[in-house]
Amino acid sequence: MAAEKMALAKAINESMRRALEADPKVVVMGEDVGKLGGVFRVTDGLQKDFGEDRVIDTPLAESGIVGTAIGLALRGYRPVVEIQFDGFVFPAYDQIVTQLAKMHARSLGKVKLPVVVRIPYGGGIGAVEHHSESPEALFAHVAGLKIVSPSNASDAYWMMQQAIQSDDPVIFFEPKRRYWDKGEVNTEAIPGPLHKARVVREGTDLTLAAYGPMVKLCQEAAAAAAEEGKNLEVLDLRSVSPLDFDAVRASVEKTRRLVVVHEAPVFFGSGAEIAARITERCFYHLEAPVLRVGGYHAPYPPARLEEEYLPSLDRVLDAVDRALAY
Amino acid sequence: MTVESTAARQPRRSAGTKSTAGKRTTAKKPPSNEPELVQLLTPEGKRVKNAEYDKYVAGITPEELRGLYRDMVLTRRFDAEATSLQRQGELGLWASLLGQEAAQIGSGRATREDDYVFPTYREHGVAWCRGVDPTNLLGMFRGVNNGGWDPNSNNFHLYTIVIGSQALHATGYAMGITKDGADSAVIAYFGDGASSQGDVSEAFNFAAVYNAPVVFFCQNNQWAISESNEKQTRVPLYQRAQGFGFPGVRVDGNDVLASLAVTRWALERARRGEGPALIEAWTYRMGAHTTSDDPTRYRHDDERQAWEAKDPILRLRRFLEASNHADEGFFAELETESEALGKRVREAVRAMRDPDRFAIFENVYADGHALVDEERAQFAAYQASFADAEGV
Repeated sequence: MAAEKMALAKAINESMRRALEADPKVVVMGEDVGKLGGVFRVTDGLQKDFGEDRVIDTPLAESGIVGTAIGLALRGYRPVVEIQFDGFVFPAYDQIVTQLAKMHARSLGKVKLPVVVRIPYGGGIGAVEHHSESPEALFAHVAGLKIVSPSNASDAYWMMQQAIQSDDPVIFFEPKRRYWDKGEVNTEAIPGPLHKARVVREGTDLTLAAYGPMVKLCQEAAAAAAEEGKNLEVLDLRSVSPLDFDAVRASVEKTRRLVVVHEAPVFFGSGAEIAARITERCFYHLEAPVLRVGGYHAPYPPARLEEEYLPSLDRVLDAVDRALAY
Repeated sequence: MTVESTAARQPRRSAGTKSTAGKRTTAKKPPSNEPELVQLLTPEGKRVKNAEYDKYVAGITPEELRGLYRDMVLTRRFDAEATSLQRQGELGLWASLLGQEAAQIGSGRATREDDYVFPTYREHGVAWCRGVDPTNLLGMFRGVNNGGWDPNSNNFHLYTIVIGSQALHATGYAMGITKDGADSAVIAYFGDGASSQGDVSEAFNFAAVYNAPVVFFCQNNQWAISESNEKQTRVPLYQRAQGFGFPGVRVDGNDVLASLAVTRWALERARRGEGPALIEAWTYRMGAHTTSDDPTRYRHDDERQAWEAKDPILRLRRFLEASNHADEGFFAELETESEALGKRVREAVRAMRDPDRFAIFENVYADGHALVDEERAQFAAYQASFADAEGV
């Protein structure tokens, strides 16, 4: 029963369960993570099996959650913290940026803070305000943090294992619209490195690079493009910081065109950084400027408009057409 | 109000006792006026009885009293040397603790070796008590590092500059102590300005909810840079504890004996599993906020002079002399020791070398990061390009 089909949310749940079993220093904490099992049920059953001391319902105070997690880490614990929704992380932003990210450096390496901050992120579920955002770039700008986002159940399982084992703070962005997508998880596999990208579809004409919820969309776009005779490569970046530029470069040197897709606003988004670095590294390989598909420079819209705001199959294909037109 | 009548009053514990505190929260009477506080030594050096807290210092020996005096004198000497070093351009900045020696030495000496301390950036006296070499504190003020000591060597965390953040770290650490089944405690330092930060209130609440063994030690030195108490709070700070469900006490922060006694009380009950407590140490920042500050823009010198009469070192000296606990030889010897410390600090700071330029890239991550590696290599190549040009 090493390999099993399970939903992405369940994969994270199983991964935390395994970590709680393996290491008594691992604790799970957050709002409603106990009896309720989290609003998305990602921590379902953990408190029942590991007790209130290890799966901790916290007061509703995000700065308090991350700040006390730092204290627990200083005491030798490995806290896995849940921020209930993307838009609620900002009260904790100060603790994450000024304390969590910097303590290893300012202690000259003497202090390690193995804290995982889980954040369900992104839109597409018809939610109310502050429940659909993609703030990963706001964290990627901060040295000392590592930022990852799985796109499928197997990665969710293994990347969570690796994030908990990491001695660095990891912001773990969970693609909430993919929570219920099922995939094969082999719990006895030997996972690849946490921060390496993976080619999920080989192609020759153009590279689509994405992470988290947008990988599936890019795979659908590649399938649609294939019907038109276009052979697209899809790269699942998996990690935003560090970002596997070697993998992007290798792909672009082959396809000569790159479109980056994310839900976050395009302006100062991770696509901008990828475009700049790939332009530096692959200038003579590129047949077209690096194009980006993402959110607009506007507040995340009301749910009835989110399909217009979010990258869609057609918006991705439109960018593909524009890149191929060069 | 006379000093004696102040001392004779009971502290108003915010939990368990019926408080008359409401009177003090009215707009007519600002909270900072004529505080009631736990005092064991008057400014004149007279020992006054306190039914509740005497027992925490009942067995104190003349040698221990001389030790407290020595701690305060050496801390003040170190602090003065650091201020001078800033004026000489050896330090970029210094945050002086002048006037707060009793609050820091009293509370610091109440801690046990296995307790853990979370300081702000002004706890030089507490660092002294924890055995952190004073020269280690100066690296960050000279600009050669951002915190030069191993927190776990002395259970003394790095200085925290973002106001109030450490209150949460202390609370989390204390939650960990509970999980470990240990009987250690944590003490978190912060100031009157930090009391306005959300993190401090969140720390109070988490500590109360989880019954964490943490003592919140607020040095109310009257001024948050230029902002007085009235700009921070409409209730005496120690009374805030009541709303969170744990006791709060205001102590004379210029009285080392009272600071020691009250902190012992709070740490002992925390170790017994009775949860957090808040201590507000009523004291005064005799100097500027930092060497970059100019207090003449916001406060009158007569206020400072009034506090000079309540000096923490002077009152203990008066008590030691009146009780024949210390002779001239002791004071003379301490004077020599002080000067030796000043010299040692001065020489150590002047000998501090700038870090290697590649230190920028050190310890950014524990497990490494590809971008840091890449940028370090780029930086090295850039540096090397100058060496080539110079034919080195």
